[in-house]
Amino acid sequence: MESMVEFVNVSKTYKNGFQPVKSLSFRVQRGEFLVLIGPSGCGKTTTLKMINRLIPHTSGTITVNGKNIAKQNTVELRRNIGYVIQQIGLFPHYTIEDNIALVPALKGWDRRKIRQRVEELLHLVGLDPAVFAKRYPKELSGGQQQRVGVARAMAADPELVLMDEPFGALDPITREQLQDEFLRLQKELGKTVIFVTHDMDEAIRMGDRIAILKDGELLQLDTPERLLTHPVHGFVEQFIGKNRIFQNPELLPVTEVMRSDPATIYPHRSPERAITYMRQRRTDTLLCIDEQGKLLGIISGYDLQGDSARIRTVSEIMKPAEPVLPIDATAKDALVKISESRFGVIPIVNEHGKLSGIVTRGSLISVLAGRWKDEEGGVVS
Amino acid sequence: MNRRSLWEQIVQQLEARHADLGLAVLQHIKLVAISMGIAIAIGVALGIAVSRVKKLEGPVIGTASTLQTIPSLALLGFMIPFFGIGELPSIIALFLYSLLPIIRNTHTGITNVDKSVIEAASGMGMTDAQILFRIQLPLAFSVIMAGIRTSAVINVGTATLAAFIGAGGLGDFIFLGISRSMDALVLIGAVPAALLALLLDFVLARLERAVTPKGLKI
Repeated sequence: MESMVEFVNVSKTYKNGFQPVKSLSFRVQRGEFLVLIGPSGCGKTTTLKMINRLIPHTSGTITVNGKNIAKQNTVELRRNIGYVIQQIGLFPHYTIEDNIALVPALKGWDRRKIRQRVEELLHLVGLDPAVFAKRYPKELSGGQQQRVGVARAMAADPELVLMDEPFGALDPITREQLQDEFLRLQKELGKTVIFVTHDMDEAIRMGDRIAILKDGELLQLDTPERLLTHPVHGFVEQFIGKNRIFQNPELLPVTEVMRSDPATIYPHRSPERAITYMRQRRTDTLLCIDEQGKLLGIISGYDLQGDSARIRTVSEIMKPAEPVLPIDATAKDALVKISESRFGVIPIVNEHGKLSGIVTRGSLISVLAGRWKDEEGGVVS
Repeated sequence: MNRRSLWEQIVQQLEARHADLGLAVLQHIKLVAISMGIAIAIGVALGIAVSRVKKLEGPVIGTASTLQTIPSLALLGFMIPFFGIGELPSIIALFLYSLLPIIRNTHTGITNVDKSVIEAASGMGMTDAQILFRIQLPLAFSVIMAGIRTSAVINVGTATLAAFIGAGGLGDFIFLGISRSMDALVLIGAVPAALLALLLDFVLARLERAVTPKGLKI
């Protein structure tokens, strides 16, 4: 896919030698939502502002939409990139309508088209034009103001939108609401978004990919899932926080909460042998598999006890295994499905139907409870 | 001298000199208007320049401050060797004397405009000139006006001294009154000067309210 923004060995060096960004290279795909995150002073905001040249880079190449930004007219470049900042920065002496109309007006659109566009945008960000168009920024709440900020950034329909902690100053409820709405809007309109935040929850929630920066260097750029499960750097792991993953069970692979040594039995075994084996393994269910390891069904200790005198092989009391989860399922799937399971277990099978492991209530609890134990021990950062 | 006789004197002087008084008021207004006009044009321009070029800040504001510390009478006196006496040296002195509040308030007004508004404006692709005229000046307007009003009030008062170097105006009555020990003449010059200052301040305040963008008055 074509990239919307590309950094090649981009650095920013100030005259005093300070280097907030060091030889940064990455690409942002068209339509992608990229989050830049890191501790304060990591260079995330500098990186963002280099894209619209609010901070000019000192070496390397930045291309936007295939064009080197250093070779473009700065004003023209900025008019084609949406920009949203934490402090919102609405013009207090302009009406909401005029604030949103700013870039279209600078671009010389005709008045009818601008009016139409403003109305459309106000609807888009959930503000009634009849109520809000003629008001002034001071008459709006913080959340409403930032909705206008978002509308203003979208006004001339830019392909790329830069956002610098846009929801950071809002109260948690408003923030979550705006995050959801903006994400929906972004997907709907297919905008490319580069989004700076210091809030990991926000990053995981919003980002298609997340870039973790520290001291001006890119440590890892990956999907939220990959970052949580495969941090490539000690700092990344520490920064994300060990517990983060438990707050997002949809990002935790089911393999993390399963036992990979389920008690199994072949269908032609005798009930006596099954009972002995259950005692040994201290379990009340056995998974029935064939010689290739394919899952056939489930044997419950309850059925076994009642019918052991009547049957010759366990296959006679085998029940279909339901539900079953594939190996690429998530811990959240397991949490949801476990309550539907008659035996309180979920067999996990690989793509060939072979048994890979088992999730039990016990395995779920012991893994998820592990986080509380860590916290008590004060190990968690 | 009792009150009644002072009042009688005033009435008597006014009868004799009302034509002169009218001329003096007009002359006073002329001195103030011309010197203020130039001071506003140059003061605001310098204020803008100072807010954009940091290096100018020290020299420009320093010079204007120094001018302000010179006693007004002395400043008028300074003009005589260079420009002689009359209107021209008075206007120049009044102009110099009015600069500081205008420069300083313009500078403060512009630099105090919310940084995030400027960042948003330039981030969206407004040119420097557009930011100055559409954002900074409108938002700094009330602070600039406050400087202009301060200047104007001081200017009206200082302009009475211009009579000393032959520029006329209401100062003529005051000095005449002092030299002849006639309180009535002093008052005939001083009261209109005070009223003029109050009136000017009032008019400028109304103008400020009328021009201030609605969004800032909420």
